[in-house]
Amino acid sequence: MPILTRLFIKTSFIYLIVALLIGAALVARSVLPLPPWLAGLSPVYFHLLMVGWVTQLIFGVAYWMLPKYSQKQPHGFDGVWWASFWLLNAGVLLRMFAEPMRAAHTGALWGWAVAASAVLQWLAGLAFVFNAWLRTKER
Amino acid sequence: MPQLSRRYIQMAFFNLIWGLTFGALLLYHKGVPLTPLLWRLLPLHIELMLVGWLLQFIMGIGFWIFPRFWRSRGNDTPVRWAFWLLNIGVWLAGLSGVFALPAAIFLAGRIFELASGALFVLYAWRRIKPPGTGEWGKKRGERATSGS
Repeated sequence: MPILTRLFIKTSFIYLIVALLIGAALVARSVLPLPPWLAGLSPVYFHLLMVGWVTQLIFGVAYWMLPKYSQKQPHGFDGVWWASFWLLNAGVLLRMFAEPMRAAHTGALWGWAVAASAVLQWLAGLAFVFNAWLRTKER
Repeated sequence: MPQLSRRYIQMAFFNLIWGLTFGALLLYHKGVPLTPLLWRLLPLHIELMLVGWLLQFIMGIGFWIFPRFWRSRGNDTPVRWAFWLLNIGVWLAGLSGVFALPAAIFLAGRIFELASGALFVLYAWRRIKPPGTGEWGKKRGERATSGS
């Protein structure tokens, strides 16, 4: 299994655990005296599961298993694959902190951080589709 | 990778691009408000990401890698129908939310998705099988015997 696949998959496992912890904390609010800002983590919980875990797991497995692009470049354009890894994780991490902070504080800084996280994740998706599309072929 | 898988996977990528674009616009708007009209994209974003991307990608990969009946993938007509039903259903259900269309259209989209899922499961069920068996669980020798 190539190093980038291992990175994608192990990072996705970390997000899975963090997402499940947040999911438990969201429910625990009803029985434990937890801070009210936790309620703002609901969209973060869902997106950590769907983007941080499931989508990232698919990116990693696709890098590994899709048909070779060519004999010289079996995975396609590696620089673009690495870019998709860093862009995706920068975007997800930034969102994880910026979205609840944006809800709790006034001021433009956290708002711009949320917007930046959107752009980063979008670019990660474009980079992934660019490479994966080239490898969606007969053999 | 068979042609039908490529069709599923490339359509999943197409939906991923649109789903991500709408999601990015919504998230951007959460941070730096653009226009509240963007919230109308939320149902389409959800439909595209969950069904149009994730489900469709899994169906395409499943058709490719599930165990085959010796060399054949069997009669793939249900999977061909499932492809069209899924994509018409996704866009029908998603767009009905964006344009506040009658509930019957939303329901039609979801019924198309259901029909697609049912056809795919009906087809794929027989490919979830032990090694060395053909359609209906027959061993290679049994097939030869029944043909003679």
